[in-house]
Amino acid sequence: MSEISRADVEHLATLAHIAMTDAELEKMTSELGVIVDSVKRVQEAAGEDVPPTSHPLPLTNVFREDTVGHVFTAEEALASAPDSQDSRFKVPAILSEGDDAVPSGAPQEEGER
Amino acid sequence: MALTTDALIRLTAAEMAAKLRTGEITSVELTQAHLDRIAAVDDTIHAFLHVAADEALETAASVDALRAAGGAEAESLHPLAGVPIAIKDLIVTKGQPTTAGSKMLKGWMSPYDATVVEKVRAARMPILGKTNLDEFAMGSSTEHSAYGPTRNPWDITRIPGGSGGGSAAAVAAFEAPLALGTDTGGSIRQPGAVTGTVGTKPTYGGVSRYGAIAMASSLDQIGPVARTVEDAALLHEVIAGYDKKDSTSLSETEYPEGKIPTFSSAASTKTAAGLRIGVIKQLQGEGYQSGVLARFHEALDQLRQAGAEIVEVDCPSFDYALGAYYLIMPSEASSNLARYDGVRYGTRVVPEEGPLTIERVMGATRAAGFGEEVKRRIILGTYALSAGYYDAYYGSAQKIRTLIQQDFDAAFEQADVLISPTSPTVAFPLWEKLDDPLAMYLNDIATIPANLAGIPGISVPGGLSEGLPVGIQFLAPAKEDARVYHAAGALEQLLNDTYDAPLWAQIPALEEVTR
Repeated sequence: MSEISRADVEHLATLAHIAMTDAELEKMTSELGVIVDSVKRVQEAAGEDVPPTSHPLPLTNVFREDTVGHVFTAEEALASAPDSQDSRFKVPAILSEGDDAVPSGAPQEEGER
Repeated sequence: MALTTDALIRLTAAEMAAKLRTGEITSVELTQAHLDRIAAVDDTIHAFLHVAADEALETAASVDALRAAGGAEAESLHPLAGVPIAIKDLIVTKGQPTTAGSKMLKGWMSPYDATVVEKVRAARMPILGKTNLDEFAMGSSTEHSAYGPTRNPWDITRIPGGSGGGSAAAVAAFEAPLALGTDTGGSIRQPGAVTGTVGTKPTYGGVSRYGAIAMASSLDQIGPVARTVEDAALLHEVIAGYDKKDSTSLSETEYPEGKIPTFSSAASTKTAAGLRIGVIKQLQGEGYQSGVLARFHEALDQLRQAGAEIVEVDCPSFDYALGAYYLIMPSEASSNLARYDGVRYGTRVVPEEGPLTIERVMGATRAAGFGEEVKRRIILGTYALSAGYYDAYYGSAQKIRTLIQQDFDAAFEQADVLISPTSPTVAFPLWEKLDDPLAMYLNDIATIPANLAGIPGISVPGGLSEGLPVGIQFLAPAKEDARVYHAAGALEQLLNDTYDAPLWAQIPALEEVTR
């Protein structure tokens, strides 16, 4: 059996900012369990001494001259925005109730599920 | 004698280009023939999400005018100028909507062109429109498109493969001679296999990914879709090359530009003599349909008789490739898709009740904007990357990636190219696997290793099983894309000689199937 519980999936959905109905959570829990059970075999072959590969080809950092290139006008950048005002993206309230004490940018505890 | 519309659309891209250059046909005529074909069959096939008739005809007219005027400008036209093309709707285009097959981007207009689109425009190839795909390229059947599935022109009750089922079906159904696709785990090659077309996944970094909507950035690659190996090579030459806007693009020193024009000449070699071909032990047998294996073994026999040396190579880590892929890809996708937050572009859904905070708007937006498979992969990726599981899952998968690269390195000591069936099955009926994600994932079992290792691969038609196309895959070492064109061109020629015609000439007439 899989170690993934419905509560886990609920937490993951919160982290991923996807609102899910009860039925979706049920279905996702069982599907995720099957998938994870099948892919976790990778651990068998991943020995201690094997170096990880994050990228198919060796990469080096890329630098360029610090010059101004093409930039979009505010109008172009906002053309597909769901909402805008005064040449800016308009965003719903970013602080929910009870968050007021948290200084902006400070790390938040994740354990509130 | 003027060619009929029907004859025009059945030419290869290379033949179209030649007739355009000699003035036997015009680009407007050719483009209109394809637009007519789209109008006639696309209600049934549903390969296109957007058709750009006016823009395509405008480009075509500009090519015709330049050719008619003659002189230096006509001389400097790209060899494929005037040959129409379709673009997978994962690749952004200015002036045409880009949806990624998702409700999240319904009606979104990109303010810029992908680099490959710029190159296609510079070559003056008329863009017919944008092709259907599984949402955000996640799937192997095009059933996960928010705009409905594409149907396989060989049998409209079956899937055209995915995620690039729209591009493959458009080319198979003569709605376009060429198309662009993207391949993260097989999304160019597997649709190629099940629609009897040719599709190439180039070396990672060999074609700019700037403007390809990201799924898994260490795996994604743009490539060509065509009906012949030569046509695929010609289109690959249009889009290849370094791009400073893509920091994972291979530089001139890493991948000399001089190698690019060799693709089409390699495709035209058409000889298997002296080629060392490695049969991958792990990519055959259990799970592969007997009809697929029968065509595969016939291909091996043909290549052997034509003078190729066939050897068996052992790649034991491939048994773990699917598992590693379904950890790495969702992990990268969960991060890439975090950008769809309902703020800067795309859909915003406001919850009907409760406080209007950004968190709740994001939750509602992503709940409504993403389909089931996308949600599944985001949640899976979020899980694989979460504290406590990272080493066991993502970390282990990265180690498998190393082992797979080592297996390929050893295999390419023994062989110039490797060969396998592209897909374990022929096209399956629509809806058959939609509720079984694991069964769906198995479609890509033979194509995934190339993405994990960043090497080039091609799928070329290998005949029919039960009246449906079977694909043969060739793989080559990184930056040796020319080799897959050489091998695939040789096999294509052998099979054309055997069957006395290209496979796609056998496709049922859609008018008969559908009306």
